[in-house]
Amino acid sequence: MRFFEYESRAVLAREKIPVADGGLARTPDEAADIAASVGGPVVLKSQVLTGGRMKAGGVKFADTPEEAREAAEAILALEINGHMPRGVLVGAKAPIAQEYYAGVIYDGIRKLPTFVFSDMGGIDIEEVAEQHPDHIGRGHFSTVLPHMDFRAKDVIASVGITGSDLNRLTPILSKLAALFVKYDMTLAEINPLAKLEDGTFMAVDAHMDMENEARPRQKELLEELGVADEETREAREPTEFEIEGERIDAVDHRGVAGNVTEFDGNLGLVIGAGGGSLTLFDAVQKHGGKPANYCEIGGNPSVSKACNLTKLVLSKPGVDKIAVMMSIVSNTRVDIVARGVIKACVELGYDPAEKIAIFRIPGAWEDEGFKILSKYGVEYCDRSVSMHEAARRAVEKVAA
Amino acid sequence: MSNMLIDESTTFIVQGITGREAVNLTRECLDYGSKIVGGVTPGRRGREVHGVPVYDSVAQLVEAEGSVPDGSVVTVPPTFTRDAVFEAIEAGIKLIVIVTERIPRYDVAQMVELAQLRGARIIGPNCLGIIRPGVAKMGGIGGPAKDAAKAYKPGIVGVMSRSGGMTTEISSTLSAAGLGVSTAVSIGGDAIIGSTYAELMPLFEADEQTQAIVIYTEPGGRMEAELAKWVTENDSRLPIVAFMAGRFMDAMPGMSFGHAGTIVEGKADTAAEKIARLSEAGITVAEEIAEIPALVQAKLGKEVAA
Repeated sequence: MRFFEYESRAVLAREKIPVADGGLARTPDEAADIAASVGGPVVLKSQVLTGGRMKAGGVKFADTPEEAREAAEAILALEINGHMPRGVLVGAKAPIAQEYYAGVIYDGIRKLPTFVFSDMGGIDIEEVAEQHPDHIGRGHFSTVLPHMDFRAKDVIASVGITGSDLNRLTPILSKLAALFVKYDMTLAEINPLAKLEDGTFMAVDAHMDMENEARPRQKELLEELGVADEETREAREPTEFEIEGERIDAVDHRGVAGNVTEFDGNLGLVIGAGGGSLTLFDAVQKHGGKPANYCEIGGNPSVSKACNLTKLVLSKPGVDKIAVMMSIVSNTRVDIVARGVIKACVELGYDPAEKIAIFRIPGAWEDEGFKILSKYGVEYCDRSVSMHEAARRAVEKVAA
Repeated sequence: MSNMLIDESTTFIVQGITGREAVNLTRECLDYGSKIVGGVTPGRRGREVHGVPVYDSVAQLVEAEGSVPDGSVVTVPPTFTRDAVFEAIEAGIKLIVIVTERIPRYDVAQMVELAQLRGARIIGPNCLGIIRPGVAKMGGIGGPAKDAAKAYKPGIVGVMSRSGGMTTEISSTLSAAGLGVSTAVSIGGDAIIGSTYAELMPLFEADEQTQAIVIYTEPGGRMEAELAKWVTENDSRLPIVAFMAGRFMDAMPGMSFGHAGTIVEGKADTAAEKIARLSEAGITVAEEIAEIPALVQAKLGKEVAA
């Protein structure tokens, strides 16, 4: 789950990492007030969960509260990559001597959290890594041993920093690592981390991601930041179709109908589980099919959950037929899914044999399932028909 | 214990044994011939699950049994998983299969780091476990014994998969084609897992029954690049065929599908990039599951000829 910049700054401040004066404004008047209290020149930044805001015109400078009001008005009305801003961050424009980068991420291969530090801040760290690898320091730290500052110090010193800069930067990077752990972040970065003309350091921009799995145990921080439970903070806002999918999953604890995602095709998909859905969605596209949706059913869903999900997919405008497909199941019951999808067709007044292009779920209780399907004349197949072949047959029927 | 993770003499326990899924898993493993020597659920000492004695703690179980079991299957809620895994490792257990999903990444990193410090191995989290067809299974992999027997026939191909369900689909395809499966490992779908493809390769390498490897992969992470590097640096006798699912995700950066670790955040995470890496290392990437047996045959034929 991604945080807005103003939230990331609040997390830094909470952990005693210095950040520039300022605050979030939701109206032009608020922006003018913050600029007046900061005193002096300010920078105004659009608060959106997407990149490229500088290029899009989402960052402006102002010397007076009146200029800040005008800049905020423009920024608040500006949509960036399909996102409207949550507000505008108004911050003191500090006189910067040099920009640094400080970050903490996971290394999935070493399976440890990793510091990333550079004396070339303010630009994309990937770019620095490619073009100036000698300006990047990295180092893992233990998740079992107590947290120690020397790990951060070693990383900073490795790019050639010494003197009072080293001693001032070490606690900042070390605290960033500590908060990364404390708040279950998967990314915590300060970029740029500015050295001011007086020799002190200050976070100018920050970016953090919290792991979704950890949200329940981070309730205190999330409440303090005002992040509501229903805010998914996905890469794109959920559609009505997707919200309804989540509701269907939530109202019945039996089994899973997860990750319901809308696409604009004509073949509805009732597919599962994690790996099976990825494989089947690819298979439909490979054979020229246009999926109307993605989903992941599994964990032995009830008849009603399978039925409600199928109804949702069938009711989506433009959906011609559905394909009900999974990899071999051992926990989910074939007969229960079969009942659910047939019930959905019948209750919506459709002929299951007509609406269900193919049913390919082999495995537990398949004989019972196949009996029900043949009674309704639905085309089904067992494991001898591959997932890709089943997808091909479904695509062919929709095209016909 | 066997070089290939488990064999007919492997003893293991189930932590969280009184949970609904764990009860099923215990039944399935016992029916398949696995040796489950006990289970742990705090506060449930004295009960039995399908004849398996239940204890309050691993230490209690070890004392009662008079020996440390070879392995543990951990299936407790995510909030309690770290504690359970630490308990198993500190009791001296060397092979831990973590079934639980939705465990925060920091907890996973801690469990994996402690396992490394103590010389233990973790499979998972978010996995279905290990099966040696016809010998034993450790975890829910393949489902009830009769279903597992149908999908997994003993044979020559080692299978590793980030998806539990697809482990069975691929193994069933290999079994139907007459190649069969030596050992299949559901390695888990999280961003950090205890044992990656490259870390398990030396075990398959040392296993005489295994003559080829099939892996199931997804976008997200660097595990495939790590395998490609391993293959390039080690003169492996085992030909590898890979299947990459989730190719559609390349066009949808930042969106998560399938498993917790399945997300395109950078170029190296994409299916296209991974396919290129694997191919460069001489790993054949199948377009469809159904092609896999023929691709394995072709590679084996070539290996024999060379």
